Amino acid sequence: MDTAAVSDQAVTTLKIRRYDPERDSEPHWERYEVPYEASDRLLDALHYVKWNIDGSLAFRRSCAHGVCGSDAMRINGANKLSCKVLVRDLGPEISIEPIKGLPVEKDLIVDMDPFFDAVKAVKPYLMTDDHEPTRERLQSAADRERFDDTTKCILCAACTTSCPVFWNDGEYFGPAAIVNAHRFIFDSRDSGAEERLEILNEKEGVWRCRTTFNCTDACPRGIEVTKAIQEVKRALIFRRF
Amino acid sequence: MPKAPAGTLYRGREGMWSWVAHRITGVLVFFFLFAHVLDTALIRVSPTSYDKVIGTYKNPIVNVMEVGLVAAVVYHALNGIRIMLIDFWEKGPRYQKQMLYVELALFVILVVPDAYFSLEHTVRTIFGST
Repeated sequence: MDTAAVSDQAVTTLKIRRYDPERDSEPHWERYEVPYEASDRLLDALHYVKWNIDGSLAFRRSCAHGVCGSDAMRINGANKLSCKVLVRDLGPEISIEPIKGLPVEKDLIVDMDPFFDAVKAVKPYLMTDDHEPTRERLQSAADRERFDDTTKCILCAACTTSCPVFWNDGEYFGPAAIVNAHRFIFDSRDSGAEERLEILNEKEGVWRCRTTFNCTDACPRGIEVTKAIQEVKRALIFRRF
Repeated sequence: MPKAPAGTLYRGREGMWSWVAHRITGVLVFFFLFAHVLDTALIRVSPTSYDKVIGTYKNPIVNVMEVGLVAAVVYHALNGIRIMLIDFWEKGPRYQKQMLYVELALFVILVVPDAYFSLEHTVRTIFGST
């Protein structure tokens, strides 16, 4: 039952930043009239365009439920997952652009390699220097809680590509890499904290953060990204982790 | 390699715009200091030229610029404290917006009276007094 004020067949305009490397020298805006229901997410509207109006529209999506992190895009100016916002909350004309700071390959698809390279560079996996235990590595609830926030990351790149520092300096590790380093630095079972802190102490590490909070506002999982970056800064200053 | 799409301005919130203002006021204060070091250094070269240069500042435009300078310095100083609290105070990141609103309130409290007292003379000179 549709109880919302929106009628069953409302219409919105999607204004999409299109770019086809084989035909266009510059990206351009293209408008599409799309009918939608009160329960439709923006991803449904994009599917409507691709399946009914223009099959050449290119965008990434997989699970469509805010878990895989494929469909981060710039919606009405700010980074969001298109599968996590309702069309009816976005106004009569919705602008959709690829995330900023990574090379555009086609339409809303960007080259994610620099992003994943930065995440890999902080060694986001368990590192230990003791003997392998014969059973699980135990951890207290309090120790687990210490890094709970940063375990939620789905690597969608909404934070990194909302960062003004990253737009201007692609060498900056970026918020997502620091979040994934934070997840292991503050894990009591891990012993690679020193090594990761040294990586993030470099010129392109945490000190490039200008605390604009765009990353925190953009994170679809509600991770307090700027706070995580600040905790890494403080760990570097006070060597407490 | 395709060019980076220009697109729209990123719609950031309080945090981003406070940072933009911090950058702009920082550059403004830097340029003032540059000119200020030069005109002050002039007194070692020739006190008469120094008086002449300082004399050229006695006009309404420079008066308005003075108020702008105070506003830029006050914003940059207050926001600088906010940034230090964000980085060094454990709860800083969580209260960044509240700190910005306090900062803007202090900014108005400090800059509005300054503008009044600084511009009073100029306004009276230009528009006359009875």
